[in-house]
Amino acid sequence: MALSTAPTPTGECAAQDPADGGPPPRRRWPFSPYHLLLAPLAVLFAMPLVQMVLASFKTDAEIRQVPPTFVPAHPTLSGYVRLFQDSDVLRWLLNSVIVSGSAIIAHLVLCSMAGYGFSRLRFAGRGASFVLLVGTIMIPTQLLMIPTYIMFTKLGVVNTLPAVILPWLTSAFGVFLMRQFFLSLPRELEEAGRLDGCSAFGVFWRVVLPLARPALATLAIFTLLGSWNDLIWPLIAINDDRWYTIQLGLANFQGQRRTEWSLLMAGNVVATMPMVLFFMLAQRQFVATMTFSGMKG
Amino acid sequence: MTTSAPAPTRPLGARVRRRAVGASRRAATGWLFVGPSTLVILGLSLFPAGWAFYLAQLKWNGFSPARGVGFRNYERMVDDPDLASAALHTLFFTLLYVPTSVFLGLGIALALNRRIRFIGLYRTAIFVPFVASAAATGILANYLFDPQFGFVNNALRRVGLPAQRFLEDPNQAMTVIALMSLWASLGFTVVVYLAALQDIPRDLVEAAVVDGANRWQVFRHVVLPQLTPVTVFTTIWQLIGSLQLFDLVYTTTRGGPVESTKTIVYYLWEQAFKQLNFGYGSAVAYVLFAATMVITLGMIVYSRFAKVQAF
Repeated sequence: MALSTAPTPTGECAAQDPADGGPPPRRRWPFSPYHLLLAPLAVLFAMPLVQMVLASFKTDAEIRQVPPTFVPAHPTLSGYVRLFQDSDVLRWLLNSVIVSGSAIIAHLVLCSMAGYGFSRLRFAGRGASFVLLVGTIMIPTQLLMIPTYIMFTKLGVVNTLPAVILPWLTSAFGVFLMRQFFLSLPRELEEAGRLDGCSAFGVFWRVVLPLARPALATLAIFTLLGSWNDLIWPLIAINDDRWYTIQLGLANFQGQRRTEWSLLMAGNVVATMPMVLFFMLAQRQFVATMTFSGMKG
Repeated sequence: MTTSAPAPTRPLGARVRRRAVGASRRAATGWLFVGPSTLVILGLSLFPAGWAFYLAQLKWNGFSPARGVGFRNYERMVDDPDLASAALHTLFFTLLYVPTSVFLGLGIALALNRRIRFIGLYRTAIFVPFVASAAATGILANYLFDPQFGFVNNALRRVGLPAQRFLEDPNQAMTVIALMSLWASLGFTVVVYLAALQDIPRDLVEAAVVDGANRWQVFRHVVLPQLTPVTVFTTIWQLIGSLQLFDLVYTTTRGGPVESTKTIVYYLWEQAFKQLNFGYGSAVAYVLFAATMVITLGMIVYSRFAKVQAF
């Protein structure tokens, strides 16, 4: 499952390395013909995001110009200025940071504890409750949103940030992920910890968790992506624009300011760029996360 | 999880008691670890799922007293033309999106699975849209496919093709949504295939080459069979996702033009949270859930069966 996506040291391999697993290359091209396919594809995929950033520095008039310009002719920050003046975007951003931050912390604590309990501790009811938990992975959000909305209304949390946070506290998928990871660790280390007089919690905290960093990183990214980008649940649970998440704020702001493209694009940059930069910095962990969610089937 | 009754003071009894105390202490420790997650997950998914089943038998708007209607909500679905057209739109999107996403995902993964110059750059560019939210993707779709100034129409005009209405045309809107979905999620399929490709034992491929297999034969008879589980998985995963399409519709067309992009979940959301038909909405959600399960199980059974046939 190890997937090396770290940018290969360019130049080193290009000359002599044949395609993975393929027969030796016939030297007809000065470079791999795959560049002819991959380079345009990469440009195609990167283009919308590049356009987004460039448009955020244009004026509305320039954006509506036909034919369109590619690079802003007169770069301006007016889109950003109006975004910060006319909308509560900073507030929404803060809400999203609070939601995702709480979701990640809660997920890391609760899922790793439960995953450890289900993998290493022996107690009555373990098997049955684990099967029950894993079974809930199949229940889709669409089925839960109506009763959860009614439940949260009765509890009085609807239209507050906790309404958005609560469903992200822990997840069956996260528990499952952590359990699989702990099962793959050798038992000997924990036994040594036990012999040194640690309690079950001491072993978990001092011995097991430090070894679990890769799994915790996967879980954190999984939670970050899901909670940061979620739209349908905040849309249902939040009415007051003070408690909008950045995604909900942006989606609804678009409805009001349909034609003010520079402002919308600035908002898009603010909402998306943190994730894009984060992806660039931690690409290996992101890819591991995507791979893991792909492997659970 | 309760301590057993005090045992008589015979040596055997003491041992039993000690064992019982040990078991209850182990239970306490165990539940301390798994209790919080179990409680939250059961409370926020199993319990509401059961409640939804009950809600589906009510006529209720959340304010006035609820009225039990038995299974009439399900009966109503049978001749609800709006639901039928929503199902049709969802099916159209699924047929457009799922096969394309699996085939392109495999194709791009095959192309990316080599060590050439700039490969890291290519991979990054193809994976990165995966982190863009539906809100961002929707706004980008409105921007790029704008009939007047959009870059796509500009490109069409450049090569002498007529400009299109795209998201404003009932016949094209869903296709544009499918295209943007592909842009945002192909990275996932590619990553999964790429990981599977790199897990294929080298000896297997080399043995086939030694036996005189050409590139196509190696791919068809060695690589492709190894990828079957991943293909089944990605197909099911994308299928489930496309049957639940909502976000991108909300952020692009809001179901329009002329309701041409109204999907099942969009219709369900409108029924529940615009019309406040909590009962009917729950029934629709249950049928969608059941249909998804049936399709998923069907696919799994079919793939097992097909594999047997292949040997």
